[in-house]
Amino acid sequence: MSSLLVHMEGIEKSFPGVHALSQCHFELLPGEVHALVGENGAGKSTLMKILAGVYRKDVGRIYLRDREVDLHNPREALHQGISMIHQELNLMPHLTVAQNIFIGREPRQAVRFVLDDKAINAQAQALLDSLHLDIAPRTRVGDLTVARQQMIEIAKALSYNAEVLIMDEPTAALTESEIDELFRVIRDLRAKGVGIVYISHRLEELKRISDRITVMRDGHYIDTLMTVDATIDQIISLMVGRTIYQSAPEVPEDLGQPTVLEVRGLNRGRLLKDINFTLKQGEILGFAGLMGAGRTEVARAIFGADPIDSGEIYVNGKPAHIASPNDAVRHGIGYLSEDRKRYGLTLKMDVETNVVLASMSRFLTALGVVRRGKTTETAQHYVKALSIRTPGIQQRVKNLSGGNQQKVVIAKWLTADTDILIFDEPTRGIDVGAKSEIYRLLNELAAQGKSIIMISSELEEVLRMSHRIVVMCEGRITGELSAAEATQERIMKFATQRTAAVQSKSGLSQ
Amino acid sequence: MGLQAAPPSTETAPRRPLVSADATQKVLAFAALVLLFIIFSIASPNFLQFNNMVGILLATAVNGILALGVTYVIVTGGIDLSIGTVMTVSAVMTAQFITVWQMPLPIGILGGVATGAFAGFLNGTIIAKMKIPPFIATLGMMYVAKGLSLIISGLRPIYFNETPEFRDVAMGSVIGSFIPEFEIPNAVLIMFLAAIVAALILARTVLGRYTFALGSNEEATRLSGVNTDRWKIAVYTVSGFFAGLAGVVIASRLNSAQPALGQGYELDAIAAVVIGGTSLSGGEGTILGTIIGAFVLSVLTNGLRILSVPQEWQQVVTGAIVILAVYLDIVRRRRS
Repeated sequence: MSSLLVHMEGIEKSFPGVHALSQCHFELLPGEVHALVGENGAGKSTLMKILAGVYRKDVGRIYLRDREVDLHNPREALHQGISMIHQELNLMPHLTVAQNIFIGREPRQAVRFVLDDKAINAQAQALLDSLHLDIAPRTRVGDLTVARQQMIEIAKALSYNAEVLIMDEPTAALTESEIDELFRVIRDLRAKGVGIVYISHRLEELKRISDRITVMRDGHYIDTLMTVDATIDQIISLMVGRTIYQSAPEVPEDLGQPTVLEVRGLNRGRLLKDINFTLKQGEILGFAGLMGAGRTEVARAIFGADPIDSGEIYVNGKPAHIASPNDAVRHGIGYLSEDRKRYGLTLKMDVETNVVLASMSRFLTALGVVRRGKTTETAQHYVKALSIRTPGIQQRVKNLSGGNQQKVVIAKWLTADTDILIFDEPTRGIDVGAKSEIYRLLNELAAQGKSIIMISSELEEVLRMSHRIVVMCEGRITGELSAAEATQERIMKFATQRTAAVQSKSGLSQ
Repeated sequence: MGLQAAPPSTETAPRRPLVSADATQKVLAFAALVLLFIIFSIASPNFLQFNNMVGILLATAVNGILALGVTYVIVTGGIDLSIGTVMTVSAVMTAQFITVWQMPLPIGILGGVATGAFAGFLNGTIIAKMKIPPFIATLGMMYVAKGLSLIISGLRPIYFNETPEFRDVAMGSVIGSFIPEFEIPNAVLIMFLAAIVAALILARTVLGRYTFALGSNEEATRLSGVNTDRWKIAVYTVSGFFAGLAGVVIASRLNSAQPALGQGYELDAIAAVVIGGTSLSGGEGTILGTIIGAFVLSVLTNGLRILSVPQEWQQVVTGAIVILAVYLDIVRRRRS
């Protein structure tokens, strides 16, 4: 097996209270894209962080080109040619592209203390050129899109002459065309003999880009498959070790459900143009579209988070004046942001506090003292009802998994008595098993008479869940499909129905 | 699947704004400075007098030097509350070296500056190694330095009566010896030279680069293999160094080390930095902006005094200006 680039065997790792990895095994060939999959908490990131020197293994051996190595810190790993691009990008947004790439290894002038910015920019330019990236080295990284920032991370990794490149969820924030560019770069690297470890939840993507797939579950190595031979169902069953809930889109009974929300002629600058739609009781209304199509903006406008220029919102047939999120909540509208950690939860506080946070006034005595008994009871009720997996309601939310955090947010809005729930990317960053639970929960909520708007970039999810689908493109609603007529192709057609090209032509002729 | 031909990227690199974010705030601060000049020169014929201009320059010197160092700290996203009293303990140590231990002037001056740098080094070490937040660490150092100043001086001012030359360090005029009409005190010259050095270090050197990197994303900087602890200590040492320099200048200017002076100076310096467009959240800032900010404060104080506005009201106006400056910055950022 002398052609192996990386060989890890018998890897064990424990954190206080958790046995994160036991007897883990992994191998990587040069010029291979090796996908690593598993649910959140399966140990993928931990295993790779050990390879990248971020964590130290407790037991086990790591061989790099058949030579045993002991990696104490990320710097040692880098110098051995192992680079890891973390899920959270590790860039300095205020510095330029070149400054970011060469941070810590800046070319110096004859006086060692003084930097040679000419050299740094030239070297960065050469590196970017080799990746066929059209990015100026002097651009501030903060001014780049997330996708381009990721390219900078890749360039930075390569500047260490990386032979092993580990990418943790690289496409989580990318659009389709950006993913294409990323894949092009990955294929380039593969052709140059770089071994690439690709951690992702998006199984369709793995089929497109990877050569082999290793599955992990609960800190154990499960199996390695050749991608060409593996089916997605097979991968999923290996990942979860159980069959998962598949909800067939039920054909909605369209008879007589009252309209709970109606939006008429909503406009906001160039972001939203003449938005009209209705939401019925007990309905899951999918919002599909590409990134930047304006779906989140619609949600924020309805929720009163952003000011609107014109338009009317009717809740239960009555005009609703919503100028702030506070107004929206009083009208029974709850918004579950795509960025739970930033906008949905107070991470450092416990489950109980988070659950009652949006409806605190109901839990106060006349003197403004929190009635602990009642908050505890409510929190315990929802932990049970939504099967939130937590050691207890005193657990800090940041210690929960993504899926369970999402459930806490749902519990919060249910506590606040909201009947209209807007879910913005409800399963982003949530692993397959937990995803299915969220889907089940959405269906149950709808069955109980809650009305749901679900914004999602995953077409399959929209198709699987929605009773009706609204498609947006460039701030307009370009189409509406019933569950029966919706297909991926139809949605994509509406989602790419741009007017900009046409308009700019007529604009020129004016 | 082999190597694929690279499709030419259609997306062009984002266009650089004509004036960068840092620069806009600088321009704004500079415009405010010019505006103040115009208002005060119309309001009072005394304002534009040469002597008054020298007075403004001199009044800016100490605060300006303090602000240089704390600019570094603020660019890293930290804060240094100790510079006011570290300045004092540096002044007291200068006096100690020169008048009590009878050392030659240059040794005394170096000793004073070194005292400040050492206090900064301690700040940095406490923050980087003991992981104590900068606000708390430097708050502690503020009291320590204040107490030490009083202890060392025996609660009394120390005068440089036996070494009258010491006063020339800040109050003599090297410029005046070349151009007699321009009797601009050395304190001003020291401030400008220090500002140039500080600006060059911030823009051109490794230290400057890592100062910005720390403020922009410390964890990313650490993961890039930069010894962030060491550079953080260096940054606080720089802040202490300038506090030490300010200590020497103020001692020379007052011809004495005043142990009770100093507290409150740190806030003036931070105000100057903020008016100059350095973000308290770190990652951006300039020395030029800081110097402009320091001048805005001293021109304001000077002009209001000339207009016989009571000192209490001067403070009210200064406070309002600080809030306004930061607010304008926030509004501008929100728009862009």
